[in-house]
Amino acid sequence: MDQGAFFIYADNAATTKMSRAAIDAMLPYMESAYGNPSSLYRLGQEAKEAIENARARVAACLGCEAREIYFTSGGSEADNQAIRSAALNGAKKDKKHLISTAFEHHAVLHTLKQLEKEGFEVTLLDVGSKGLVTAEQVKAALRPDTALVTIMFANNEIGTVQPIREIGAVCREAGVPFHTDAVQAAGHLPIDVRADNIDLLSLSAHKFHGPKGCGVLYARRGFPLRNLIEGGAQERNRRAGTENVPAIMGLAAALEEACAGMDARAEKLNALSKRLIAGLRKIPYAELNGDEFQRLPGNVNFCFEGIEGESLLLLLDDKGIAASSGSACTSGSLDPSHVLLAIGRPHEVAHGSLRLTLGEDATEEEVDYIIRAVTEVVTYLRNMSPFWRDLTTGKRPHVFAEFEV
Amino acid sequence: MALYSEKVMDHFRNPRNVGVIEDADGVGEVGNPTCGDIMKIYLKIEDDLIADVKFETFGCGSAIASSSMATELIKGKPVADAMKLTNQAVTEALDGLPAHKLHCSVLAEEAIQSALKDYYDRNGIPYEEGTFRKVDCDTCERA
Repeated sequence: MDQGAFFIYADNAATTKMSRAAIDAMLPYMESAYGNPSSLYRLGQEAKEAIENARARVAACLGCEAREIYFTSGGSEADNQAIRSAALNGAKKDKKHLISTAFEHHAVLHTLKQLEKEGFEVTLLDVGSKGLVTAEQVKAALRPDTALVTIMFANNEIGTVQPIREIGAVCREAGVPFHTDAVQAAGHLPIDVRADNIDLLSLSAHKFHGPKGCGVLYARRGFPLRNLIEGGAQERNRRAGTENVPAIMGLAAALEEACAGMDARAEKLNALSKRLIAGLRKIPYAELNGDEFQRLPGNVNFCFEGIEGESLLLLLDDKGIAASSGSACTSGSLDPSHVLLAIGRPHEVAHGSLRLTLGEDATEEEVDYIIRAVTEVVTYLRNMSPFWRDLTTGKRPHVFAEFEV
Repeated sequence: MALYSEKVMDHFRNPRNVGVIEDADGVGEVGNPTCGDIMKIYLKIEDDLIADVKFETFGCGSAIASSSMATELIKGKPVADAMKLTNQAVTEALDGLPAHKLHCSVLAEEAIQSALKDYYDRNGIPYEEGTFRKVDCDTCERA
């Protein structure tokens, strides 16, 4: 799509542009080395060697062994398989209690909901107003019949980063498997599954400049995975279906590239986020969602009183800015984002949310442009909002202070 | 394929009749902040005609476009015509709305009905029960 002369892509938590390295890594496996890795002849074996090479490189990025890496169709499949496996393993030993948080991705929450229907008991931990859980909370929730703790590495909407290593340690001590949905974290934050005490981890290639439709489930050696998809013997008999060789090659290349430049990129993005947060805080009756410091580089999420998120997004799109919102109108459901509700935002404020997730190419000039554009659009929408009028005339109470301290 | 028709985007980007009528003859407000949309309609009525109409809307793109189109459809028309404005007419005039956004056109119809009812009530104009279509947001599926 031609975006015209001016375009700022500020929705990198939704998906990312593929990197040149990832595309280049994929092309040979479409054009020439297109064999089926299960085939005996050289063309097939060439593809087989390629994915085993990719597996080793992915393992190196996560600090584990190649045999602990399973390629999947993406983060959702990895989440489903990790949780179902742990639940089924637990059930065999009469352990039917699962612990998670209220603001997980739907791939986790909906799987848990389904397991509840199948007789499991689920405890969803409160994430507080800052969007953080603690190892102490997890410890307090653990029971003798707990089969799994699953807590996301970083939240996809408000970007808050959880104390994964500490939570992992609590689980390890109790002998309970620990899964983390690291879809937003992989390639952006340092991950070492051994040091972080992680038994199961999900990631998705398209969140770090790799291709869509490809992900990884890391399962610690000795953890019995259960199959979601039955069929051939691919992925050590744990995930049937001919491997998506080009995508796997793209994933490995993208992850290596992302991990190599991680620190410099985080430093740059943190500075830009700081600038963006400071600029948006000058808009009255606006508040940052999620902890200001324990968050993903480049993630900025605000709520603005008196406006609705979809109209904000449409007008920002007109100004060349691609962003997202947790309003009901953008989610296609009747309720605003469960993440914003989980951190205690009332419905009327959650409808007026805006998520900006900057990419590594973002500049200070672009950030300043975003600040101007958002300020302008929020003011414009407030001026036609009867809800805003009620707030300014005191007919309805403000939720936020005029300026966040 | 865009989310909305050109017509919707035009009325969203350049909404007609935005504002307030301070000495309005009828004011109607529907929706609530919890649902994420509120529409407020102000009517100036002279000689049984909608002499002027203004709106304020808190809501998504289609809510703003529906308000704009609804006000255009009744402006300068006899009160009796405004009474007959339906959400279907608003939707058609906008060249359609996505299925999950039809609610917005219903809200526009209800806001106008509510403003007309206010005009009748203020002026002691008698009307039969059921004259004004349901203007109770609490009964909508979103409440």
